Amino acid sequence: MKCQKCGKLATYHITDIEQGKPREFHFCDEHARQHLASPAGHEESESLAMSKLAKKLSTQGREPSSSDKQQCPSCHITFLEFRNSGRLGCPHDYDVFRDDLMPLLENIHEETRHSGKAPRRAPLNTQRHAELMKLRNDLKRAVAAEDYETAARLRDQIKRVEHDTAR
Amino acid sequence: MNLEDLKRTSGEWLRGTGPESDIVMCSRIRLARNLADFPFINRAGRNEKAEIESQVRSALNDPRLELSYLDVNAMGPIDRQFLVERQLISRELASAEGPRGVAVGPRENVAIMVNEEDHLRIQLMNSGLSLRDVWEQINALDDQLESSLDYAFSPLLGYLTACPTNVGTGIRVGVMLHLPALVETKQIDKVFRALHKINLAVRGLYGEGTQAFGDFYQISNQRTLGTSELELIRNLSDVVPQIIQYERTARQALVNERRQVLHDKVSRAYGILKTAHTISSEETMLLLSSVRLGINLGLIDDLEIPTVNELFIHTQPAHLQKIQGAELEVDERNVARASYLRGRLSNGRHLTS
Repeated sequence: MKCQKCGKLATYHITDIEQGKPREFHFCDEHARQHLASPAGHEESESLAMSKLAKKLSTQGREPSSSDKQQCPSCHITFLEFRNSGRLGCPHDYDVFRDDLMPLLENIHEETRHSGKAPRRAPLNTQRHAELMKLRNDLKRAVAAEDYETAARLRDQIKRVEHDTAR
Repeated sequence: MNLEDLKRTSGEWLRGTGPESDIVMCSRIRLARNLADFPFINRAGRNEKAEIESQVRSALNDPRLELSYLDVNAMGPIDRQFLVERQLISRELASAEGPRGVAVGPRENVAIMVNEEDHLRIQLMNSGLSLRDVWEQINALDDQLESSLDYAFSPLLGYLTACPTNVGTGIRVGVMLHLPALVETKQIDKVFRALHKINLAVRGLYGEGTQAFGDFYQISNQRTLGTSELELIRNLSDVVPQIIQYERTARQALVNERRQVLHDKVSRAYGILKTAHTISSEETMLLLSSVRLGINLGLIDDLEIPTVNELFIHTQPAHLQKIQGAELEVDERNVARASYLRGRLSNGRHLTS
């Protein structure tokens, strides 16, 4: 059997369930990878719905551009990026975008305050979390820029912070 | 434990035991958790994902947990699909990229996905209607993981998750129901509309877009913020018995009013499954659903529920290919599926393997 995208020998035979019906696909290695890498139906639809909701809410009654440009200092995601993807970038975003997220949370859950389980241990210093995340981010950029000297220094620094606060 | 071991067994949740297990296939709870020190997965690079995976794996390594870690990143597409069919990983984890995996408990009642949408997705499943038991077990497991992992948590917003729809408890409490009589009597949509009104979600066997798949439906909470885990469990535990009652009433009505038609449908379904020489996955699901109903109504007496439950999973494409030990094209799979079914359903071999 041939790959239905390119005509090479099909080595993968994939069955997806679409609207309750199984649908079979036949692909070569490369196209199978592409097919499997494309987001699966239900998670995608949830995130799409989320981003639509975020768009709708953040354009209601306010100048959209002002909050869109806000950026998280830890993970560098902007509110606009969140609006488009429906996914936040890191735990600090809940603080950074708090004013814009609250109406969204109220819309989804009709509540804005947690009720239920909490970790037994006291949470560690949030500053340490922020610092570690920033260092890891800098490291990622240094590696991307092939600045290995800086990268090595940052790696040591991360190890130190992790070690200093190790329990 | 590895994939080769898995293909010879089935999950404990398919045993068909526990309260109301003729209708409630299983009770399931999942918790979304993230490490405080890292970006969420959609924002994490390969190195960060590797670091998250390594920290989580060392927490999962505790021998008391009896978990086996399966490296999904190193698997081929059939193996990943095999885990999806088995309900151990999501389609999203299967199709993601980079370091990721799943830690599976000895009887497959625990599955902890690492680096899916959240750093951890902890899942616990039991056969039958037992949400409180499942909660007690998953709560203890979560406590244990929390003693060595630093979760992202805010006193105001609870457990912080990549998607704001999960923030708070990060919990999804669900039951998987077999509702063939409500489908047959066309009352199912009415039930779904009522459930949506009280903020419960309905999905098919493998998530959204898989409805009517063997007449299995998952009912679960949608909201996660502002309602405690126990309240959510109570809400669902109040509603599920009503749905069970509707299904039983519909079954009784079928038996009373259309007994012969029903008996005929069930017997034909059983006959085809026992004798066909080529059969699609879709037809198999449809017929197995009738047979499952037939056993529960006493119309078939030489077949056990756990066997049928297992066949729903083992006749799916990746399972067939793992069992056969070869990659098969659709036509070959249909032949292999029919042959597998004949083998499992022939006289004197009806017991669960």
